[in-house]
Formats: sequence, structure tokens, C-alpha cells
Amino acid sequence: MKLERGIGMFDYSQKVMEHFANPRNVGEIKNPDGVGTVGNPVCGDVMSFYIKVDNGRLSDVKFKTFGCGAAIAVSSIVSEMAKGKTLQEAMTITNKMVAAELGGLPPNKLHCSNLGADALHKAIEDYQQKSAECHCPYCDGRISDEAPFCQACGKDLVDRGS
Amino acid sequence: MRSNPKSEIQNPPLNMEVYLDHVSTTPLHPEVLEAILPYLRHNFGNPSNLHHVGAAARKGISAARDQVAAFIGSKPDEIIFTSNGTEANNLALKGIAFARQDKGKHLIVSSIEHFSVLHTARTLEKWGFKVTYLPVDGYGLVNPQDVKEAITDQTILVSVQLANQEVGTLQPIAEIAEIIRAQSAIYFHTDAVAAAGAVELDVEKLGVDLLSLSGQQFYGPKGTGALFVRQGVRIIPLFDGGIQERGRRAGTENVAGIVGLGKAAEIAKQETGNWAEHTLRLRERLFAGLKQRIDHLYLNGHPEIRLPGNLNLSVKFVEGESLLILLDMEGIAASSGSACTSQALKSSHVLKAMGVDAVQAQGSLLFSLGRENTEAEIDYVLKKLPPIVERLRGMSPLYSSELR
Ligand code: FES
Repeated sequence: MKLERGIGMFDYSQKVMEHFANPRNVGEIKNPDGVGTVGNPVCGDVMSFYIKVDNGRLSDVKFKTFGCGAAIAVSSIVSEMAKGKTLQEAMTITNKMVAAELGGLPPNKLHCSNLGADALHKAIEDYQQKSAECHCPYCDGRISDEAPFCQACGKDLVDRGS
Repeated sequence: MRSNPKSEIQNPPLNMEVYLDHVSTTPLHPEVLEAILPYLRHNFGNPSNLHHVGAAARKGISAARDQVAAFIGSKPDEIIFTSNGTEANNLALKGIAFARQDKGKHLIVSSIEHFSVLHTARTLEKWGFKVTYLPVDGYGLVNPQDVKEAITDQTILVSVQLANQEVGTLQPIAEIAEIIRAQSAIYFHTDAVAAAGAVELDVEKLGVDLLSLSGQQFYGPKGTGALFVRQGVRIIPLFDGGIQERGRRAGTENVAGIVGLGKAAEIAKQETGNWAEHTLRLRERLFAGLKQRIDHLYLNGHPEIRLPGNLNLSVKFVEGESLLILLDMEGIAASSGSACTSQALKSSHVLKAMGVDAVQAQGSLLFSLGRENTEAEIDYVLKKLPPIVERLRGMSPLYSSELR
């Protein structure tokens, strides 16, 4: 009697195992528009999501995860679910949706699915915060915090006081 | 530790099944299986019956009692058969606590005991006993001096395991026994479940009054165990019923299991030395080979004072469960003390008590070797594990941030 390797002892669905074995979108994005990290190595899991935003849509999503099989599968599926979605749509992804998309998770692993959605939302919030802080007041182009003038419209951005 | 200079790995077969989780359970020894079979087929009798059918079963049990006694250097009458190591530990702690509660209500146990000791101690606390949990050092060692200091005039029992089930650390049992003997009439119990078949067992040399065994840990059947109780030590049974095991363990005996346990004990008495030598050699090959191939690799437990077949490592920046699944996909069975691998998502109480930091505990990987493991199997692991670690580290946010 031979049991299938890899799934014998962990009660994971086929889909979880598939994403764990071939995770999509692993890695970091150079110069990301937003980064979100959740978890804590003390609790055994850390998840980082990196996003690129184009026209209000997630044009690229990547992740890095330290955690169990479920955590890695969750990261992978969240990255897939989020890619191409508008920011608003991506913000509505819930842990329940993530678990359902994976064909269910063992009850004690549901918390790992929270992490995925949380990390993604955090990355989006990070982007929104950055973009809220750093837009040119004249042309709305993105600028860096300390830029002396806007690279898009050339307007002077140094506050001279009154 | 001696390292193997020529740990050049041979080309192992491409697809192997490698069992390196002997701490969880061991495969049945073929001779044990042979010994059991007649008791499942025709020797089905109830040992309590006086007729010839019962007598055959009784004979089997009595032979097993001799074999187990010879294994640990006790008298046959000092052996109580139980259903496993957990029952033996429960019987030792609860049995002594209740028999001696008029003398005092204080027990001492180490903080890295198996749960069948620790949780029994917790239950006794709920029932009005006081328990001192001894600390361990970074290697998992109990300091005998701490035992001395923990003893009060209320102390009735000290329980310290012979070997730890996770990190393999061997405790200074004889030294602790000396302290206990010098102090007063306190009983000393050792849980020898993880040690049996790996180190020599002798209740006289150890100086213990009670000792627990589990058959499945040394190539015997599951569902079998034994508790040694020194002659003259009174113990209250866990179960009420018939007078089996001289009134100390009611219930019709698991005859086939007990016969198997006896046979396993007989073989282990002969073979412990050889098994220890064999598993130590393989362990050193495995450790040396992995150190060569994987950085940020740490040994948990004591480098020398440990079970010969135990290699508890921490692979930093990766999580134990992910490691286990990928190893399992390659046919390699191991275990881990990471939080994610436990049902309750708590990392190993042993590593915690030793002060191992959380990230390191998360990456813990336990290989426990046995008599049937081969060099080719070790080489197979040496081939398979490094790329698995590399792959998981490539995904780990901790790895990149640490090394940047
Ligand atoms: S990350 Fe620890 S259980 Fe999933």
C-alpha cells in the first residue's frame, strides 16, 4: 500500500498542494509601488507582497513568504486573484474567498489565509498612502518627497514661506 | 563530533523511500512479527483462564515478562504491562502520587518531558498536588543541583526522562538518583521510552524506582508498553477491574502485543550496541554532509550527550512544515518542532525550554535514524535536501533581509 507522497500527513486539498509545489509570482518587484508585510517570525509566518500599479490596476503582484504549506499556497493564489484587478476590487478579496478558491483549508490553517489578504491589502494601502503624499499639486504627477521641483511639469516645489 | 572526511556522496538511486522518523515510531522487527503471529492465530486464549487454552497465552506473557526484565536488569515481577508508553507514564505519576499523598503532595519533573508526563503533572496540579518544573540549559540538560534545590519535605516523586524525544539529550539520571537517595524516601521515575534500543538500560545502574518503556520505539508493536516498579513500591492502579498484573493493571492482556514486546526487548538487549554504532555512523555522515552543503544550519541539543540516531537541526530562514512536505515529495519522512507542524500551532516546548529562538525553532528539522537505514539513503537525503532548502530560502522574506 503506497500513499501519495507530499499530501499524506497534511490534509491539504489538491489545489493547495498544486500551488505549494508550483507557486506563482514568487519574488520581489524592483521599485514597487507598494509593499505590505504581515506576520511575525515568532508566530512562524511572515508574508510580503509587492505590487505595481498601472491606471488604478494591479499590473504586477509578487510575494515572498516564510511559513507553512498553506501560507505559501495562499500567497500564490492571492497573487493570482489580485493580478489585473482594480485596487478597489483587490481590496474586496477576503480570506474566505481565498480559502474557497483553494478548495478549503484545514481548520487550524485558516489563519494563514488571513495573512494573504492582509498582506495584499497592506501593500495597496502603502501605495495609496505614498501616492496621497507625493503628488504634484499642479499637475498631479508623482513626485518624490524631497524633490525641489516636479519632474513632470517643472513647477517649483520648494516652500518659500510668506 | 567526529566528522567524516570522505563524505563524497555516492550516486543514490533516483527515487527512494527513506524513513527517518524513528522517534515517532519504528517499523516492526521481522522476528517480532513472527513471534506475534501464533498469538493472533491459534493461541487466542485468555491468560486468566485455567484451561489449556488460557495456559498457552499465560506462558507467552510470562516469557515476555522475563524478556523485558532481562532487557532492563529487573526482576520479572517488577514489570507491569501497559497499553503504551503514555499509560506507563500516567501510571507512574498518578499511581505514586495517590499511593503516597499522605506523605506529601509535591512532585518534580523536568520541563522538557514528553506530554504524557507533563500533562499528567498538570492534571495532578488540578487535583491538589504541587509540581516543580525543572529548567534545562541550552543543550536540554537538567542540572542535578536544581533537583537537589527543588526537593522539599513534601516531595514524593521525581520524574526525569532518560533521553529527550526531540533533541535526543541524555540526562544524568544516575547522578540525580544519587541525590534523591541521599535525601530521603523519594521515588525516582525515568521515562526511558525514547532511549530504549539506543542506549543500554539497567535499572540498578540508573538507580531508578520506576521506568517506562514503549514497544513501538524499539521495533516492537504499537499498543504495548511496560512500567518497571521496584519491588516494595506501592502504586495505585489507573484502572479498576480484575487482578491482572497482580492487581496493578486490570483488563484482559493484549497477549499478542505483549509477546511482541517481549521479543522486541530480547532482540534489543542483544542489538542495542550495534544499532547505536550503526545509527551514530550514519548520523555523522548526514550531519557532516549537510554542513558542507547548507549554510546557516544549526544543531539543536548537545553535540555528544545525545541519542546516537538523533539529528535535530535548524535550517534558518525556512519553516519546518514546508521542508517536511517537500522532503515527503521526495519520499523522505522526517519531523519538525515548528509551530506550523503542530495541531495547536505552538512550537516545540522542548526547544522553547532550551531557549532556542523562535525563527530557529520554526526551521527545526528532526531526522531520527534506525537500524534499517543505509548509507545510500543518507546520500539520497544529502542530494535532495540542499536544493529544497535553497528553493524555500528563495521564497523567504527573512533570508533576503538578513543577508542584505
Ligand atoms: S504559516 Fe504557520 S501554520 Fe501556516
